[in-house]
Amino acid sequence: MSALQIMFDALSLGSLYALGALGIALIFGVMRLVNFAHGDVIAFCVFALLWPSVDAIAIVFAGNLPWFLLIPFVLVMGAGLSVLCEFVVFRRFRNTNPATMMIASFALGFVIRYFLLMLFSSRPKSISLLPELSQPVTVLGARIPLLQLITILVTVGVLVGLTVFLRRTRFGLEMRAAAENFTMARMLGVRANRVIMVAFALSGALAGAIALILGSQTGTANIVMGANVMLMAFIATVIGGMGSLAGAVLAGFLLGASATLLQALLPPEARAFRDAFVYGAVILVLIFRPQGILSARGMKERV
Amino acid sequence: MSLLNVSNIGIRYGRLTAVRNVSFTMAEGEVLFITGPNGAGKSSLLRAIAGVTAPSGGRIDFADHDITGKVPEAIARLGLSMVPEGRDVFGSLSIEENLMVGTGMHAGENGWRARAMAELEAVYATFPILKERRHSQAGLLSGGQQQMLVIGRALMTYPRLIAIDEPSLGLAPNITDQVYERLIALQKERRLTLLIVEQSSTRAMMVGGRMMLMRGGEIVLDGDARALGKSEAIEAAYFGYGEQA
Repeated sequence: MSALQIMFDALSLGSLYALGALGIALIFGVMRLVNFAHGDVIAFCVFALLWPSVDAIAIVFAGNLPWFLLIPFVLVMGAGLSVLCEFVVFRRFRNTNPATMMIASFALGFVIRYFLLMLFSSRPKSISLLPELSQPVTVLGARIPLLQLITILVTVGVLVGLTVFLRRTRFGLEMRAAAENFTMARMLGVRANRVIMVAFALSGALAGAIALILGSQTGTANIVMGANVMLMAFIATVIGGMGSLAGAVLAGFLLGASATLLQALLPPEARAFRDAFVYGAVILVLIFRPQGILSARGMKERV
Repeated sequence: MSLLNVSNIGIRYGRLTAVRNVSFTMAEGEVLFITGPNGAGKSSLLRAIAGVTAPSGGRIDFADHDITGKVPEAIARLGLSMVPEGRDVFGSLSIEENLMVGTGMHAGENGWRARAMAELEAVYATFPILKERRHSQAGLLSGGQQQMLVIGRALMTYPRLIAIDEPSLGLAPNITDQVYERLIALQKERRLTLLIVEQSSTRAMMVGGRMMLMRGGEIVLDGDARALGKSEAIEAAYFGYGEQA
């Protein structure tokens, strides 16, 4: 495997973690909620493309749409479910402490997962999502799957778009103010419900993007498919500095890079323990920088 | 017609009663100081008016609207701007961004953008230091500059009433003088209605206007600040001599 290929592997895996971490950090920023249901929203987005059935063969519903309809469909599904979660569940927990909210999110995640289990059974289904993306392309002499390239480009696009939204728009300014001091922002007329709803919608759309990438990468739909990304994304938000968006993204890329590098550089007999090394590194980071790589300012009381 | 009408407000935190049966009214253009020792319930009262703390009883009317138990953003949108204790600047935002946060509540109104820009220039004219440092992070400002920033930030929402909690907190006396000088000049210029909470009555007596003294969650004195300053009642009210006698 060439160094260039390893670099693309690292960047695309890091992109996936960064997108996940952003989805968690956005919500944590405005309401101090660690949303463990995020991984199940990812799985839901993939299953939204299928008709309910417990057969091993997937019965495709929206999955056959052309890409320019398929992608918006999945993003809207993610955003919609996420906003629904806020409206039905998290709104009742606004003034509770973060631990209560976290447990509520766990419970909600299980509800979504068992809802999918009921409709689709726990058997993984093979799907063919955006098959044109699995063709290899040659970049700078390295042959890499087109999907990797697209994953990286999409992530860069999302990061640029989100930065422009947060820095250059009035609503972005209100969100940044609310993330730093929610009560003060409200006393300046910033509408709490709107800010929180937009954060959930953005987070859900990010879950949709991850679902598209995971679905086309693995070619399977599995009700627990979001769990691994969710775990890594959560770790990335913690070592990035809870609530810091830039930190979450940076840590996501670092996690992806270290997992890929370990996979490539560890002696073959140690590769089975790759994750142990990754988590070991996470513990080391937290020992030396418990506040995270880029700690968020203004950890004030919320709402 | 009064702008703010507080009647029989009570505030409780669990079993602790912070404010009991407080009533007062403020007319448009009035300057009212609420003073009193630590724990008198001044800040709680202000937080209830701003909608941050829900009162356990009573009613608050502002600009002909019942605002009791309304959310802070709804109250802010009626024109009541709160400057909390400790100032609460958005430290990671630039000074200009801090000033602009509150202008969003008028978005969509005819010509709101031009009006916000004009107001921004007016705030910069009052506080030139803010213009000088408009693009630097607000968290890097000194305490006095931050106090000027939050007053400017409140002005940017075109409030009918500004409520300020302890503007002198943590400031050197000469800096406090500067802050008050600007504040009172602004009040005269724009006929602002100002509700100011301070621990010490000295400032109220210097500035003048109406003063209410709170102790133990109740209003114990209400009158002209300078007249009260000359009487002995104020010392008694602060230290509770009356109760021991």
